[in-house]
Amino acid sequence: MVTVLEYKPSREGLGEALLEIADQYPQLVAIGADTANSTSLGKFAKKYPERFVNVGIAEQNAVGIAVGLSLVGKLPVVSTYAMFLAGRCWEEIRQSVCYNYSNVKLVGTHAGLTVGPDGASHQILEDIALMRVLPNMSVIVPSDANEAKVAVKKSLEKVGAVYIRLSREKLPVFTSPEEDFVIGKAKLLREGSDCGIISCGVMVYESLVAAEILEKQGINCRVINMHTVKPIDTEAIINTAKKCKCIVTCEEHQVYGGLGSAVAEVVIKNYPVPQRFVGIKDKFGESGPAEGLMLKYGLKAQHIVETVKEVIKYK
Amino acid sequence: MEKENIRYSELERLCKEFRKTILKIITEAGSGHPGGSLSVVEILTTLYYLHLNHNPKNPFDDKRDRVVLSKGHSCPALYVILAELGYFDKQELHNLRKVNSILQGHPARVYNGGDEVKFVPGIEVSTGSLGYGLSVAVGMALGFKMDNKQNLVFAICSDGEHQEGSIWEAIMFAGFKQLDNLIEIVDYNKLQQESRIDDSVSLEPLKEKYISFNWQVYEVDGHKISELDTALADAKKYKGKPKVIIAHTVKGKGVSFMENNVDWHGKAPSKELLEQALKELEGK
Ligand SMILES: Cc1ncc(C[n+]2csc(CCOP(=O)(O)OP(=O)(O)O)c2C)c(N)n1
Repeated sequence: MVTVLEYKPSREGLGEALLEIADQYPQLVAIGADTANSTSLGKFAKKYPERFVNVGIAEQNAVGIAVGLSLVGKLPVVSTYAMFLAGRCWEEIRQSVCYNYSNVKLVGTHAGLTVGPDGASHQILEDIALMRVLPNMSVIVPSDANEAKVAVKKSLEKVGAVYIRLSREKLPVFTSPEEDFVIGKAKLLREGSDCGIISCGVMVYESLVAAEILEKQGINCRVINMHTVKPIDTEAIINTAKKCKCIVTCEEHQVYGGLGSAVAEVVIKNYPVPQRFVGIKDKFGESGPAEGLMLKYGLKAQHIVETVKEVIKYK
Repeated sequence: MEKENIRYSELERLCKEFRKTILKIITEAGSGHPGGSLSVVEILTTLYYLHLNHNPKNPFDDKRDRVVLSKGHSCPALYVILAELGYFDKQELHNLRKVNSILQGHPARVYNGGDEVKFVPGIEVSTGSLGYGLSVAVGMALGFKMDNKQNLVFAICSDGEHQEGSIWEAIMFAGFKQLDNLIEIVDYNKLQQESRIDDSVSLEPLKEKYISFNWQVYEVDGHKISELDTALADAKKYKGKPKVIIAHTVKGKGVSFMENNVDWHGKAPSKELLEQALKELEGK
């Protein structure tokens, strides 16, 4: 059984990380857009009021200001809902963050279907694709609150733009806070040679559950936590393709342009094997509890199980 | 006073040369934006020669003031001035908009067309997409305030980009935060790409808008160096608010057939028209 340590929203990793690391980075400045409490920056804002900027409901300005801050030596972390950061500010991020080679960290919370009852207007399912295509941008999709916390800390060590995608809902925490985390280096969670499952974000847990179900049916899967979608760990993908001869990718995101596409780009060039995509199939989400939505839109372990069985036929 | 007048006439002479070079390099490049480059010449010249704390020999000096050319398409004017000041070799001007040049069609802070990443001396922020520069300038001003630094930030914006919502986000924030180390200059040449501003969506009353957003406002003739100088001098001293200098200018200034003519917003003159323009400028 996958051990669940607790249930917690991954966005809380952001606030915890910044509080722990603030004294180590005197230049660190956090920027919110009327959403600091929801993104988990509330405590940081209270403890370090002179290092927290609330721009109001003005996301584009938040991004521009972050770039200006970084160009004069500050270390800005902008956080608001992923929809309004990666979505609304895409061009600002391209022109001002990336094209300026600025050292800005962007943390989009409330990403994906699991934001739940707020519905499709808030459920960004396109941000991995939007951020991944930008030169100078790294994209990290942590799988739980512990990993989110390390990812935020590691992103501050890295010079350059980073987008981190976090969730709103309380979700299983199953990685250890001590686990090694290297940006761009995937984690091998489970060995197996019948099928490779490569996942990010909330889908990593579902993949582990799926692998357990499959094991009972005699199918052994190699499960990879691809927390960094860019720069992607090419070696881990190639090794998986060679070993398993088929791959299923899983993401809480459109199947177009996200993790699945990133993996396919590597597979097709280096070691072509059949691949299937678990993700949202060109649709908007809707209101409902996270679990119910994952079930309806095909993001639960059982869907991964079906997809693995399907792709194996094409080996 | 007399000394000042001599200085002003020297700068006026320089502005004439800048205008000629701007038109030459745009013609050479075969494309570019003459109208908005010609309207901003005195603004940039007064800023760089009389007010900016900078050192072309040490372009990345921490103590320097920052300039954000938010109306990025007017960069030929900036490039010509930077070259004259020695930020880079004047020869580079002839590579404007050509492959392998640090002088991009719109300003790039970093040139990365090759294998190597080159920071372009004098270009503080990559611009070209209108409406973004002011937020970046605001962030710089905020950063300097946080660190108790004395650097000033100058943002050069166009009238047309005030139609972008993001500009107003920046204006509202800067006024509220009383960022008095920020000085914006609006090149108010009354024209945009395809029409007069007032024939699309007017900015008026612009001065009152800024005042109501808690900015200190100056209004000057943007082609009179003395007026720009006085306003900049006062703006640098004024405390408690961000400052905007609304500089009334003429798009295409100095070349009769370009003046107030949207046709000359974004195209290069032919060789013949360049000659005509240079002759006209020479005669002034
Ligand atoms: C966001 C954005 N939209 C459109 C353009 C294309 N464009 C370039 S210049 C310009 C308008 C020029 O008018 P103005 O901004 O007033 O500048 P100026 O008159 O000083 O040249 C437009 C629409 C652009 N560069 N950026």
